[in-house]
Amino acid sequence: MTEPFLSVRNLKTWFNSSRGPVHAVDGVSFDIRKGETFALLGESGCGKSMTALSVMQLLPSQAVGNVSGEVLLEGQDLLTLSEVAMRDVRGNRIAMIFQEPMTSLNPVLTIGDQIEEVLRRHRGLRGEQAYNKALELLDAVGIPERKQRYGEYPHQLSGGMKQRVMIAMALAGEPDLLIADEPTTALDVTIQAQILELLQALQRDSDMAILLITHDLGVVSGMVDHVAVMYAGYIVEKAARQQFFDNPSHPYSKKLFASLPNIKKRGHKLAVIEGSVPSLAQTFRACRFVERCDYAWQTCRDREPRWFEFERGHGARCHLVDTELPPHERVRPVAKAETSSALKSDLGAPRTLMTVEDLVVHFPIHKGLFKRIHGYVRAVDGVSLELFRGRTVALVGESGCGKTTAGKALLQLIQPTAGKVRYGDVELTQLSRQAIKSHRGELQIIFQDPYSSMNPRMMVGDIIEEGMAAQKVGASSEERRQRVEALLRQVGLPPESRYRYPHEFSGGQRQRICIARALAVSPKMIVCDEPTSALDVSVQAQILNLLKGLQDQLGLTYLFITHNMSVVEYLAHNVAVMYLGRIVEQGSVRDIMENPKHPYTQALLSAVPTIETSSRREIIQLEGDLPSPINPPQGCHFHPRCAHAMPECRENYPLAKILSQTHQVRCFLYK
Amino acid sequence: MEFKFVILWTDALVFLLVGIVTGFTVYVSRKEHLRAPWRHVARSRMGMAALVILAAYLVVGLLDSVHYRPALETSGEQEKVRYSAEVLSVFDLIATPFRERQEKTYSAPFATHLYAKETIEFPDGSTRRDFPRLEYGGAHLDDPHQDRFADIVLTSVAGIVQGVVIWAALITLTAYLLARRQKSEVKTVVKRIAKGETDIPWHVMLVTAGLLIVLTVLAINLGLKYHLLGTDKVGQDVLYQALKSIRTGLVIGTLTTLIMLPFATILGIMAGFFHGWVDDVIQYIYTTLSSIPGVLLIAAAVLVLQVYVETHPEMFDTIAHRADMRLLFLCIILGITSWTGLCRLLRGETLKLREVEYIQAATAFGVSNAKMLGRHILPNVMHIVLIAVVLDFSGLVLAEAVLAYVGVGVDPSMNSWGNMINAARLEIAREPIVWWSVTAAFIFMFTLVLSANLFSDAVRDAFDPRLRQQ
Repeated sequence: MTEPFLSVRNLKTWFNSSRGPVHAVDGVSFDIRKGETFALLGESGCGKSMTALSVMQLLPSQAVGNVSGEVLLEGQDLLTLSEVAMRDVRGNRIAMIFQEPMTSLNPVLTIGDQIEEVLRRHRGLRGEQAYNKALELLDAVGIPERKQRYGEYPHQLSGGMKQRVMIAMALAGEPDLLIADEPTTALDVTIQAQILELLQALQRDSDMAILLITHDLGVVSGMVDHVAVMYAGYIVEKAARQQFFDNPSHPYSKKLFASLPNIKKRGHKLAVIEGSVPSLAQTFRACRFVERCDYAWQTCRDREPRWFEFERGHGARCHLVDTELPPHERVRPVAKAETSSALKSDLGAPRTLMTVEDLVVHFPIHKGLFKRIHGYVRAVDGVSLELFRGRTVALVGESGCGKTTAGKALLQLIQPTAGKVRYGDVELTQLSRQAIKSHRGELQIIFQDPYSSMNPRMMVGDIIEEGMAAQKVGASSEERRQRVEALLRQVGLPPESRYRYPHEFSGGQRQRICIARALAVSPKMIVCDEPTSALDVSVQAQILNLLKGLQDQLGLTYLFITHNMSVVEYLAHNVAVMYLGRIVEQGSVRDIMENPKHPYTQALLSAVPTIETSSRREIIQLEGDLPSPINPPQGCHFHPRCAHAMPECRENYPLAKILSQTHQVRCFLYK
Repeated sequence: MEFKFVILWTDALVFLLVGIVTGFTVYVSRKEHLRAPWRHVARSRMGMAALVILAAYLVVGLLDSVHYRPALETSGEQEKVRYSAEVLSVFDLIATPFRERQEKTYSAPFATHLYAKETIEFPDGSTRRDFPRLEYGGAHLDDPHQDRFADIVLTSVAGIVQGVVIWAALITLTAYLLARRQKSEVKTVVKRIAKGETDIPWHVMLVTAGLLIVLTVLAINLGLKYHLLGTDKVGQDVLYQALKSIRTGLVIGTLTTLIMLPFATILGIMAGFFHGWVDDVIQYIYTTLSSIPGVLLIAAAVLVLQVYVETHPEMFDTIAHRADMRLLFLCIILGITSWTGLCRLLRGETLKLREVEYIQAATAFGVSNAKMLGRHILPNVMHIVLIAVVLDFSGLVLAEAVLAYVGVGVDPSMNSWGNMINAARLEIAREPIVWWSVTAAFIFMFTLVLSANLFSDAVRDAFDPRLRQQ
């Protein structure tokens, strides 16, 4: 075995806060070899980004100087280097790319300038040489029309392109190690597949090591060699990929797998990890996971487990795997009986709740002195849907395809330009602003970001009560108070929560409050606008369980807007796939998942990273990005990216082809 | 002694403002999320030191805002009680010795002689042109040239000792009250304060307060014997004038805001929230208004008022009433010219807020527009209003000085730093120059504006979400 290129030994980083030191990274050790991809996996707040920043010595001001341990880069300890010496390491030997490509590039410099800056600093290239090298790099990261792109500014590029530019900048110094901090989290699945593929290709060519930080098990299974799972500031399990996916050993890793939604778990509750990550402002005596562990026994509470390697290259920090534990402490417990209560699955014949016909939302673009209308953003361009009582329709698509706008237009939160929304025997688009207020209670929405969807200056009780007051639910304030408490209990929060403010709750808890708020007015239908995409997997599982349970209990109808296919598989009854303002394919969840017909649906499904390493699907790479909805392509909107494009695709938009009772598609392949 | 309360317009508004601030404080102290940023302010050392100084200014200003007219001594018994034409304030009453000890004309700080030569008649009948002795300043000295220095030092020492004693009493009282609230011993509390271990920087506050107390006691001790900051052209004590100017400065700084706030918040929020023609109209108004040069508008308004006051003398009982009317008018016109900036800020913030999801959630519940503005928008732009108010304060105090210099400031009969500086225009031009008036105005104004700025920095740090550390 070769010597490790980067070797982190017992790294500790802490902050000074008013409540004493917070140990954000608490004794992390790992090795990365050349040409290897190493993943740090964990939920938000477990210290993975902090570990990367400690390696780079890019710590926030509160943590500067509070680092101990060793970070050996080919035998040299980076922690002892001065800031000046460190600058030669950064960019040159270790480079980093960040999660948010939108904010990592300077908006007032052209991308060429930004790449050349790195070339000047680390490679001493100037003028013609630098220009040529920059073009070479843009080519390497797969940017088309590189000469033109060279002179463009970041706002002229799409998110995926920006991330490619970031990678080009990182590569400019020809680093030996690339730290990628959630490089694809902000991107769509199809773009994510492109970027991951690019990283792998670059690694093959240059023998570069990659430290990948992610929370996505799917990404890990796709491209890494070694995995380390982080929890509460330290590594709880470390293994080669195959070992990890075949046999996750730490209860936390097991839970992560179990809480992923997929089609096999349909109709069952998802496993959840109860509780939350413990505060890192304390000294731990017991195992850090003990409060949330199904296997915990007395020893777990008495002693912190040590690192134990039970097979070559596979270790964990858990008493369960420690075979050298004194016998009296090895009381192997049985896991708490998992209540995998099957959820109600037979629904009877579908009854229509709402019919949407040719819904159109165009936003005018004003230009010039007199603000004349210059064109339209065709956000939603003729969407027809049918929602059934007590069922879930998933609206799927990449960001920017108009799915959120469609959801809001359906509720008349955005005035539709044309089309019909029939709810029961009411035509919603025809109602006046006043008249629609009486129907508001029946149609509710849950937003993506639980942080911005509640007024930070109102108490939780008031937030939930607001809708009731507006819809005149509950006769007296006493009656409403009782209802608020009942609702809080229903979504799994203590009734005392009503006297607290939103900022005192975690993301998952906030999303529960948002659900309670929507339920307060007894809605018939809820538009769920990516309600779990801002949450960690284990919390996502809690919210999905809650939504599913409520649907069974109250017979709610959901329009579930999402880009997450595994959630769709788990939750939806019907699926509609949207591309550039139009629905290209719709059908029952089985139709779409098992038998996708439209080339876009096929590509979308293939791009979703899966954790089943055995059944590797061939990823259908989509060329380029989503076109602009201001100027959609002629004919079929998808034809510029479609592998099966035919001449007639450029001419006309295909009509809906009914394949079966539930399944229809708009593509010329099926006539 | 009989007297009659006089409530000037600005007095009423000042006390209304005090009421509003008190009400707001009570409201804030009951709401945890509103209290949190203030707690952050309370932990800032600089902010709390500045607050102590501001509080001292405020006390003087408020004492100077309770006005009355003393009864004149009646000659006959049947006659009705008649009141003096002079309107005094509680502060005047306290500072009577300063107010009444008027010299003939200029005299330097700590001087015992006038600053201008006069023909002095000696008891033997001979006359000589020389600097005559002051009537009050250093009048107790027999040989001013010899005794003055020793007397000043002795009085200062006595003053400092007294000041320190009062300070010690204040420390004990604070420690006692804190100990009672925290249910610990006085001794430990004193120790913790001395080491700066308390959450609120009591040690900084107490040191600032100590300095202020010592200075005040010193000024009283010396001021009763000398003119600490000299006298002006008509022989009035400059220290007294500078202290009287505090009220003018505070009134301009605060009442202007009170007048402008309703305009700025209501119009700003409406413009941002309703879009469409409401937005167009409001934008049109403030763009037009902010295109008119401010000084021009103020000068025109003040001149119009002046003419009005002069042609309607029967409407104003006393000179103080006239001066007060002018002050109020100045506040109003300053308010009208200065709301546009805040209005623009609030419009922008509201535009941003109305796209936020909790506003959309409220729309999805069918909440009415008025409730949406009151419950969702207004509380969430309040921090901007607060920051703007404290930042504007010092600017307005300075603006008063500039306006007085241009000649459109407060009434010349009213004490203000602007008028003092305006008068200094001639004083500095004469030979030998009179420097103490302008210096006094400078020191008092500088201290107020500096502490206001430091305090507003602390407030901004606490309230501005972009500056807030995690």
